[in-house]
Amino acid sequence: MIRIPPSALLGLVMTGAFFFVAIFADFIAPYPLAAVVGGVWDPSSSEHWLGTDSIGRDLMSRMIYGGQTTIKIATLATIVSFGLGSVLGFTAATVGGWVDQALSRFVDLLMSIPSLILALVVLSVMSVNELTLILVMGLLDATRVFRLSRAVAVDITVMDYVEAARLRGEGTGWIIFREILPNALSPLVAELGLRFIFAVLFISTLSFLGLGVQPPGADWGGIVKENSAGLVYGIPAALAPAVAIAVLAISVNLVADWVLNRTTSLKGGRGA
Amino acid sequence: MVHPIIRLVVQRIALGLLLLLAVSILIFGGTQLLPGDVAQAILGQSATQQALANLREQMGLNDPALVRYWNWLWGILHGDLGTALTNGHDIATDLGKRFANTLFLAFWAAAISVPLAIILGLVAARYAGRWPDKLISGITLATISLPEFVVGYIAMYLLAVKFRLLPSVSMIFDGMTLGAKLHAIMLPVLVLVLVVLAHMMRMTRAAILNVMQSAYVETAELKGISPGRVIWRHALPNAIAPVVNVVMLNLAYLVVGVVVVEVVFVYPGMGQYLVDHVAKRDLPVVQACGMVFAAVYIGLNILADVISILANPRLRHPK
Repeated sequence: MIRIPPSALLGLVMTGAFFFVAIFADFIAPYPLAAVVGGVWDPSSSEHWLGTDSIGRDLMSRMIYGGQTTIKIATLATIVSFGLGSVLGFTAATVGGWVDQALSRFVDLLMSIPSLILALVVLSVMSVNELTLILVMGLLDATRVFRLSRAVAVDITVMDYVEAARLRGEGTGWIIFREILPNALSPLVAELGLRFIFAVLFISTLSFLGLGVQPPGADWGGIVKENSAGLVYGIPAALAPAVAIAVLAISVNLVADWVLNRTTSLKGGRGA
Repeated sequence: MVHPIIRLVVQRIALGLLLLLAVSILIFGGTQLLPGDVAQAILGQSATQQALANLREQMGLNDPALVRYWNWLWGILHGDLGTALTNGHDIATDLGKRFANTLFLAFWAAAISVPLAIILGLVAARYAGRWPDKLISGITLATISLPEFVVGYIAMYLLAVKFRLLPSVSMIFDGMTLGAKLHAIMLPVLVLVLVVLAHMMRMTRAAILNVMQSAYVETAELKGISPGRVIWRHALPNAIAPVVNVVMLNLAYLVVGVVVVEVVFVYPGMGQYLVDHVAKRDLPVVQACGMVFAAVYIGLNILADVISILANPRLRHPK
């Protein structure tokens, strides 16, 4: 039986709640995404728990749908970055030689400038929609997964059981998926949470800058942008999605910290 | 024979320049060679054939990609960044002014955050595992989890709107006195400091704690020297190389933070300039800004490596 520390349990419950609301947004949200139902920036009331937004839409409903968009894009981008990064990282470590050199130098190049700047440059010519956002974010983030999985796999490829598999005549695919992947899983799982948070922050930042999810779609970063003008008049509507981003990030962080501690202590052979 | 330090430093700088060249190919390729017609992307789907043809001619899109890249790179090397598509201004002039504003903002953020981070890092290392350490770690975990614009808006709401201590937008222009400028940028500087402080402080703490485990620190402790003096006289000098590295990496991180913070506070700097022109699909401006940001980022990384080479006493005497 695994004992879960209270902080990690809180993180798990909160993260689960965010995903639950995101998945069932259509049933939970009290009003449709784009319906104008009140005045501009109405204060919180019994019909509109968080008040209304810059053009009179229910803020609570927009937060729920916005969370759905943010979490969906971040999750898919994380899947892309993990799929691409880990397979290429394992391949580089297993095959070695010029394949490893070419992939590693290309990743060095991509990581030599901040990913936000590179994303802005690329998005200036591509049509901005959810698919391009997911692919651009996934590709840029795959560089970090590549470095981690290559580093982990390099240690594993020198193990006797990999050598044995090679001598048996197993192919590269078998070695990557049947020998390396199961042994590299725990550090990768810990990284998964961190990359997911990074994707949430990244898509929020892009949308906040007006280069992510485009209206009429909504995500948390975009809702901050729409309502930011109200802050100067003392209307805190823009802070609601800002707080949601922060709470989600902290919740996932708490879980990731716990997984990280567990896996590193397992590596040290002390158990957990 | 060339001194090994000089050789290492020259090697590192040459490698950095090579990297910058590769980045220029990446930025140019990323904007020009991607699938899709650049002219169409700029003008939108409703553009007429004639307008498309004119724009292609104006941007030289009919030349082969290699020729266009070479002309672009040649221009940059001579300080000619081209003209903006949206307003026809010379990019180098516009960019220069905004770059100076961004440096002004980043300079003050760095001047405050670097000493503060090192002092807090030392305090956290001195009281490792006790309440000052835990308090500092807790606050840094919270700030790491927040994106820059969230920190910005929370600070703006509290300090500029609720308590009316500071201005909520940071317009600066020529002819303002230094004092007025400093007053205008206080809020964005505060936000940038909060954003980089956490990383810098955590890494300083880790570097000091790492040195604290070495034998000479144990000897110093056994001699009966006070813990503060052990850190100050024995641990800190040996932790300078990693700490300088941390500081440089975080200054490079300021490059990203500055983009978002400038947009939040409507500050007329380079980040705002870049974001505006990405939205307008003004490619020459985006490419120029991308190159300047990349050059600053790579330059700071080279500087970090050079300083850690210089700070390594083992390399000082050629064998």
